Amino acid sequence: MNLIVIALLTLGIIGAVSAIILYFVAKKFHVYEDPRIDQVEAALPAANCGGCGFPGCRGFANACVKADTLDGLFCPVGGNDTMKNVAGILGKNAVAVAPTVAVVRCGGTCDHRPRMNEYDGVKHCFIAHNLYSGETGCSWGCLGLGDCEVSCEFDAIKVNQVTKLPEVDEDKCTSCGACVKACPKLLIELRKKGPKSRRIYVNCRNEDKGHISRKSCDVSCISCLKCEKVCPYEAITITNNLAFIHDDKCKLCRKCVDICPTNAIVELNFPPRKVKEESMNTKEEQLVG
Amino acid sequence: MKTFRMGGIHPKENKFSAGKQIQVAELPKQVVIPLSHYIGTPSEAVVKKGDVVKVGQLIGKANGLISANVHSSVSGKVNKIDVQLDATGYKRSAVYIDVDGDEWLETIDRSTEIKRECNLSKEEIIRKIQDAGIVGLGGATFPTHVKLSPPPGKKANILIINAVECESYLTCDHQLMLEKGEEILVGTTILMKALEVNRAVIGIENNKKDAIVHLQQLAKNFKGIKVEALKVRYPQGGEKQLIDAIIRRQVPSGRIPIEVGAVVQNVGTTYAVYEAVQKNKPMIERVMTISGKTAPNPGNYLVRLGTYLASVVDQAGGIPEGTGKIVGGGPMMGRSLMNLNVPMAKGSSGVVFIRKEESVRKPVKNCIRCAKCVTVCPMGLEPFLLMSQSERNMWDEMEDNCTMDCIECGSCSYTCPSNRPLLDYIRFGKTTVGGIIRNRATKK
Repeated sequence: MNLIVIALLTLGIIGAVSAIILYFVAKKFHVYEDPRIDQVEAALPAANCGGCGFPGCRGFANACVKADTLDGLFCPVGGNDTMKNVAGILGKNAVAVAPTVAVVRCGGTCDHRPRMNEYDGVKHCFIAHNLYSGETGCSWGCLGLGDCEVSCEFDAIKVNQVTKLPEVDEDKCTSCGACVKACPKLLIELRKKGPKSRRIYVNCRNEDKGHISRKSCDVSCISCLKCEKVCPYEAITITNNLAFIHDDKCKLCRKCVDICPTNAIVELNFPPRKVKEESMNTKEEQLVG
Repeated sequence: MKTFRMGGIHPKENKFSAGKQIQVAELPKQVVIPLSHYIGTPSEAVVKKGDVVKVGQLIGKANGLISANVHSSVSGKVNKIDVQLDATGYKRSAVYIDVDGDEWLETIDRSTEIKRECNLSKEEIIRKIQDAGIVGLGGATFPTHVKLSPPPGKKANILIINAVECESYLTCDHQLMLEKGEEILVGTTILMKALEVNRAVIGIENNKKDAIVHLQQLAKNFKGIKVEALKVRYPQGGEKQLIDAIIRRQVPSGRIPIEVGAVVQNVGTTYAVYEAVQKNKPMIERVMTISGKTAPNPGNYLVRLGTYLASVVDQAGGIPEGTGKIVGGGPMMGRSLMNLNVPMAKGSSGVVFIRKEESVRKPVKNCIRCAKCVTVCPMGLEPFLLMSQSERNMWDEMEDNCTMDCIECGSCSYTCPSNRPLLDYIRFGKTTVGGIIRNRATKK
């Protein structure tokens, strides 16, 4: 009986003393943390993808709370809605950013780009890229070994095994930029999603001179300058034998798509064009004639 | 018999072209001389389209410290300066020359007479080697004059001539020693003079007994040169392995051989040095081996730089049937060629045909922790560990495990019973870790 009492007392006293010490230590070394950080973190998507440029969602929340304005801070996964919520919590103004989406700039499918050799090494784009230029004659194009697919945490980019090119699922893509970093050929770009997801872009990264790039791929940009001339908004520039459409200037008039001789400029999600009846007629006449 | 102490393998030697006399390859109709080197900055072209050049004329000037001069290997007219696909499929700038006759610069001594005396000073020798654009012919093509000028405070006390030729199939160095033995020894004395050392060792693997006997006979007339027979073991031709084998010193991690007082030069480089210093002949041709189990006519060919490999292969009987891969260099460290329409460069030591059934990779199985790769690694690394770290992108851990010490000899992949692509992943890690280290250095 006595033993039990002694044991209880000793333990009780040790507990009480420790509790008092811990209380004062906690008071002394208390670190103040802005409660808004927790609130902002709760409003974020918790994907921890690093697409914002900060180490995880908490890092981003911390940065948002510390910053004077939300300029340059954007969560690509949550988009404008999330940023509005964050701004509401912090009492700051959200800066609306046009949503972007990943775009793979290579159109060299198996039909367009004949395979010249066989790669039987490790199925890893970076390793193949380090070793040599790839299975086709184009040293700029997609290797099709799927580093982007592995890097995507949202299951939004997949290599099509028929065309051997990656395809982006627009609904799933959060434009976090992981695939942009993963691609050793720098093919993937984050472009503005555009109204109704309509986009026009140059589907090629080949910086070789026209006659060389044309030999290795049917749909390569040959830097013929036609698109640059036809564009009424000066949205197309050609550097290093490669055309580039600036998405902030492009008004989606599709003139460049029509004029491109190699179909290197592609349009996405546009409704099918109205075929002019006159031209149809003339064509038929020609056929009859 | 001496050999290096750590790791190593002994692949089948397959030296089919051993003892075949060096044949002079036909003069091609056009040469494409690459201006870039495997290592270092590309040279700057000093000729333009339409210029008439002679054999041995300077066409590319060294650009920066680790760079070498490039000379015309033929006489004719410069067709253009354009890009050319190299063996890896990437484009590099090169000078295209249409061959017209074979007119050499007057300063080059083309007689076969051996010139033994050399009264030049150390600086003059290095100057001549630099002007001649001599690079290491073992494969890494590191400029020789840089190796001969040690950093301040460091001094070499031994010169090692690398005549190991541990790669299977290749025999170009072996044949060169048999035919140009005396020239090589004169070249060695010149290099000794440039380095101010009085001791040189020529390391030869014991599968080239005729060359060992031949050079030992000749070396009696040269002071300070010793010929050492080494046990056959791959990768003995690696600089650090050879130093360990001959003078039993280990080069510290991340350092260069001069730290232990040794300078290693390839035997082909030594011959090129002899020609440059004594005969004023720049680096315009080299011996290469064409070989393979099914090769119709394996042999050693003296080829002008810039000749298309296809034309050399044609002279050796063409591509044999059933070839799966054509490897540039030896089968262990060489790389598969994308096509044969690539010009031969200073570092091309051979072309090897690998049969289809031997060339395909076997299915990859799981690591069974047999530690064979650890046993054979000549640098004392743990390849299985480095590979799994590379797969998981653990770059810091890879750096801690000395991945940068890997010499990419491929012994681990060769020996793995589960056919794991160890070297592929280690090389991937090396590139990434190297980038991280360089970034860190520039930030500081």
